[in-house]
Amino acid sequence: MADTYLQIIFWALFVMMGIAGIRVVTTRNVVHAALYLVATLLGAASIYVLLYAEFVAWVQVLVYVGAVVVLMLFGLMLTKAPIGSANFDNNQRLVAAICAGLLFAVSSFIMVRAFEGQEIDFTSTEGTTVQSVGEAIFSIYVLPFEIVSLLLLAALVGAVVISRRDEAEVED
Amino acid sequence: MPVAYFLVLSALLFSIGVYGVLARQHAVLVLLSIELMLNAANINLIAFSAMLGDAGLPGQVFALFVIAVAAAEVGVGLAIVILIYRNRRTVDIDEMSLMKW
Repeated sequence: MADTYLQIIFWALFVMMGIAGIRVVTTRNVVHAALYLVATLLGAASIYVLLYAEFVAWVQVLVYVGAVVVLMLFGLMLTKAPIGSANFDNNQRLVAAICAGLLFAVSSFIMVRAFEGQEIDFTSTEGTTVQSVGEAIFSIYVLPFEIVSLLLLAALVGAVVISRRDEAEVED
Repeated sequence: MPVAYFLVLSALLFSIGVYGVLARQHAVLVLLSIELMLNAANINLIAFSAMLGDAGLPGQVFALFVIAVAAAEVGVGLAIVILIYRNRRTVDIDEMSLMKW
């Protein structure tokens, strides 16, 4: 019975994320594209909650919806993108749609064939997985974790260096 | 619940992202499409993690790493876009043919 509810929730999220995702790549308003991306990312976070990955879901909400989308909106603002409707598509839309459609057909066909009959057992996991994720990060995966933090620092410094004006340029 | 449902959702998001990268001209919109593709990969990781039960915990950890690397990518990517806008007054990626032979 619980599985029926989960299926209903899943297909509702599926339709929501599909529509919002298609709007991200077809809308003619750049700010709307970013806001539709928020809808898609929140849908993904709901999928994570459905799959007992609460910590990843909250990281998704904080990092993506909180930081990445805000960064994107700043990028749109600083590049003075035309906010109203304008054509942002090039003339390869048909080819792109055929490529994407073929990719979807092939990859979903292969995935469904390869994992036919594999079920996700929602009764095996009880309670939260946050504790075990934390223990895994700070024991087995502590080295990759530190490397990722170094990568973020390097990316931060790199972004500042790249986007900063040169001294000579400022004096002009 | 079959794991294939989640894989089809992820394939759908990835294909939408591919379409966006191929068909969009504005550099920031291309970055948005790349985010869609990274999310599709994350949904796959979490779905397999749930399928494997307790043995699938590394799936969640790797999803966290993907999110962190995606945040770094967006930071550097937007810095480059802003720099190109400052130098060339356009973010149209079809006009960025400076390094094209």
